[in-house]
Amino acid sequence: MPPQTPATSGTTADSLLEVRDLHTRYSVRGSFFDRLKGRESGSVHAVDGVTLDLRHGEVLGLVGESGSGKTTLGRTLLGLVEASSGSIRLEGEELTGRSEAEMRPLRRRMQIVFQDPHASLNPAMTVGALVADPLRFHKLASGREELRARASEALERVGLAPASEYLDKYPADLSGGQKQRAVLARAIILGPDVLVADEPVSMLDMSVRAKILELMLELKDELGLTYIYITHDLATAKFFCDRIAIMYLGRIVELGPAADIYEHPQHPYTAALLKAIPEPDPRRAVARDLPRGEVPDAVVPPLGCPFHPRCPRAFEVCGWESRDLRTLLEERWTKLDQDAYERERALVGELDDLDVAESEAFLPAADGGSGEEAAGVLEAMRADAPADPFWSGVASTSVEPDGVRIGFHTPREPRDLEVGRSVVNCHLHDPGAIELAERLRRGEPEPEPPDAGADAG
Amino acid sequence: MSAHEDDPILDVRDLRVWYGTGGDPVRAVDGVSFQIGRGETLGLVGESGCGKSTLGRGVLGLLPDAAAVTGSVRFDGRELVGAPAAEVRDLRGPELGLIFQEPMTRLDPLQTIEAHFREALNTHRPELGKEEVRRRSLEALAGMGIPRTRFGQYPHEFSGGMRQRIMIALALVLEPKVLVADEPTTALDVIVEAQILGILADLRRNFDTAILLVTHNLGIVAEACNRVAVMYAGEIVEEGDARELFAEPAHPYTRELLRATISLETTGLNYIPGAPPSLIDPPPACRFHPRCPSAMRVCADLHPIEVRAPAGQRVSCWLHGPEGQIPAGGREPLERREFAEAEEA
Ligand SMILES: Nc1ncnc2c1ncn2[C@@H]1O[C@H](COP(=O)(O)OP(=O)(O)OP(=O)(O)O)[C@@H](O)[C@H]1O
Ligand SMILES: Nc1ncnc2c1ncn2[C@@H]1O[C@H](COP(=O)(O)OP(=O)(O)OP(=O)(O)O)[C@@H](O)[C@H]1O
Ligand code: SF4
Ligand code: SF4
Ligand SMILES: [Mg+2]
Ligand SMILES: [Mg+2]
Repeated sequence: MPPQTPATSGTTADSLLEVRDLHTRYSVRGSFFDRLKGRESGSVHAVDGVTLDLRHGEVLGLVGESGSGKTTLGRTLLGLVEASSGSIRLEGEELTGRSEAEMRPLRRRMQIVFQDPHASLNPAMTVGALVADPLRFHKLASGREELRARASEALERVGLAPASEYLDKYPADLSGGQKQRAVLARAIILGPDVLVADEPVSMLDMSVRAKILELMLELKDELGLTYIYITHDLATAKFFCDRIAIMYLGRIVELGPAADIYEHPQHPYTAALLKAIPEPDPRRAVARDLPRGEVPDAVVPPLGCPFHPRCPRAFEVCGWESRDLRTLLEERWTKLDQDAYERERALVGELDDLDVAESEAFLPAADGGSGEEAAGVLEAMRADAPADPFWSGVASTSVEPDGVRIGFHTPREPRDLEVGRSVVNCHLHDPGAIELAERLRRGEPEPEPPDAGADAG
Repeated sequence: MSAHEDDPILDVRDLRVWYGTGGDPVRAVDGVSFQIGRGETLGLVGESGCGKSTLGRGVLGLLPDAAAVTGSVRFDGRELVGAPAAEVRDLRGPELGLIFQEPMTRLDPLQTIEAHFREALNTHRPELGKEEVRRRSLEALAGMGIPRTRFGQYPHEFSGGMRQRIMIALALVLEPKVLVADEPTTALDVIVEAQILGILADLRRNFDTAILLVTHNLGIVAEACNRVAVMYAGEIVEEGDARELFAEPAHPYTRELLRATISLETTGLNYIPGAPPSLIDPPPACRFHPRCPSAMRVCADLHPIEVRAPAGQRVSCWLHGPEGQIPAGGREPLERREFAEAEEA
């Protein structure tokens, strides 16, 4: 995706952090690599072209399922993971490409709080030493007395009062909520501007969650903090955040004011997430149609729109590919009884060749079988699930002696589009993509392949 | 009369599970009674450490040797407390199924999925032929949405959500009459969680399986359970129809727990002051009284007596009487000490 300024960015003056087309990749090891098909280099694109602005004093939520890249994005912003490309500016100053020494003064301005308070506190240090540690590290205070005084101040600020009761305790002596308070004390002791809170309450009980969130809101007001709140929990995000970025497979698929995200979700993935939340009031519970499957392998993400294999509204241009045929066939087979499955299974060959990220599929006939038989399986699939979005992607089928070949419409990556006060990454909001799909439906030929996004039409 | 009362498949009476710690025991489950009927799902909720998992394991006879168990657990008329270990072990699987939060710790990394199913069925249904074992296994997996073509793969080749569904299939293939599911979706994403809750709901409807679903998520109970039991400090303080109980909670702990739950409707933060007590030395009388906003004098002196609340649920709280048992002046508000901000779990 090309760098773009989100509609909601406002002027530069009120942005604390400007992130443009940020990418972070992790390379993956051999064993993983062996399983790769369709890609030469083995890497996970954990953050895949993220653009956002963080405004002074706001709470920005990063919400998405496991593996969507929330933690990686948070860590990349703090320089704890190196960005592969793109730009991060803190009040105009570029943060990417800095050495550790150059990064250090900026670290004071940005702090992170992790999910697991047990793991983030060294069990061998006292609470007082842990909380004061950043001061020592940055050489902002020294001497036992001064460090203790500063730690006391921070502890009392987070409600661990009187501090004298906590300074000499060890993390093991604290409850989960108290540990998270100590972690917050350590995070604020340098007087940061930005706090990245990575699932700070996920491991806590409901009633403790509320207390920690309340504390975080107090700290924000008293200390003028700006938060990036990372969570997979849409309920706390709704309450806690001013704006929310919904992430899926490394991308922000929708970003907008919290109220708009919940009242009028524009991206099918956002809508699906909202539908999935269990509702404590049984009188409100509604029947749900959930997207199928799970988040796919990030090493070789889906073509086109990364959500297309699960999207109930996907259409012609969304990126249909060979792997989708396998998924659909396997899903069909889970619904047949054993005999029907075995009969059908015997008509087609090995499915592993379908596992390629290509917009053409070849469904092989069984050994000694004919292409007509494989085509028959395809027809049965279609007859039993004619409304499946998959069929919109099929541009052509041709029966060959040893199987059936399926051509899909050219995959297109959605563009970031302004919808109301939000930015949405979905073809449904792109008049060009809609018009193109209509032409494809009428059987008109595919236009020249697009370079970035579906800008045809 | 509802199914659980006429002919419960599981009938637990005055169950106590105390963990011996050398010195004073941890009274993790302390006098708990409940029934589950065929095809019912009972949700078990409460704050961390209140004894939910201990109760679930106690029902299955899966407690460590250091745990002392008294009371009665009757499964389909058979007493399990005090029964020979081998007898209870034989029931586990074919009669009493089990799903845990961490599927990876239950699946053998060196065995294919097929081998797991083969072993379970060969052990508990030795009469089944090879073909029948395979057919049942594939049906159970397919029912959970696991591709039949992946039957020969190893646990690590599946995602977390798929592994959990494999665990469920492995429990269901033996067609147990009672299933204990301890936080089965806690480690999963919301969409996958919702898919699995849908599966559990189907199970209840289609197979008459009785389910004890342990969770700390009230939303899940509301969606997946027809009844709910609320646990506090080793005791069930309220139990009844899920809808009625959530609409009209009778016990102050239930009410406060619901208020503290952050949902999409939340507009302000609420929490229960203080923290759950130690189970070695829990507060006397009503265990919730030090934290209860409605506490009365009687609450610190006498253990509440179980009564029926107006909406029909069982509740142990003096607010609901019985009036004749409350001493004179007992309804006066209790003077309580304030909690410091950091006194919490
Ligand atoms: N150190 C690493 N090396 C290789 N891959 C990684 C590493 N850390 C994360 N990944 C991969 O990067 C992707 C994004 O992971 P990340 O932890 O950022 O997601 P997340 O949204 O924070 O997930 P969760 O909700 O589970 O915390 C995933 O596919 C993950 O497997
Ligand atoms: N094996 C054990 N030995 C001693 N004490 C134990 C043991 N297992 C649990 N406990 C204690 O028993 C009490 C109840 O624990 P249990 O795990 O049943 O609670 P829970 O409600 O399931 O909590 P969570 O929501 O955290 O899973 C706790 O105080 C716990 O510390
Ligand atoms: S572009 Fe939109 S409609 Fe198409 S698959 Fe993605 S989310 Fe669904
Ligand atoms: S018995 Fe008393 S202290 Fe206990 S829950 Fe009822 S009102 Fe509160
Ligand atoms: Mg994370
Ligand atoms: Mg537990």
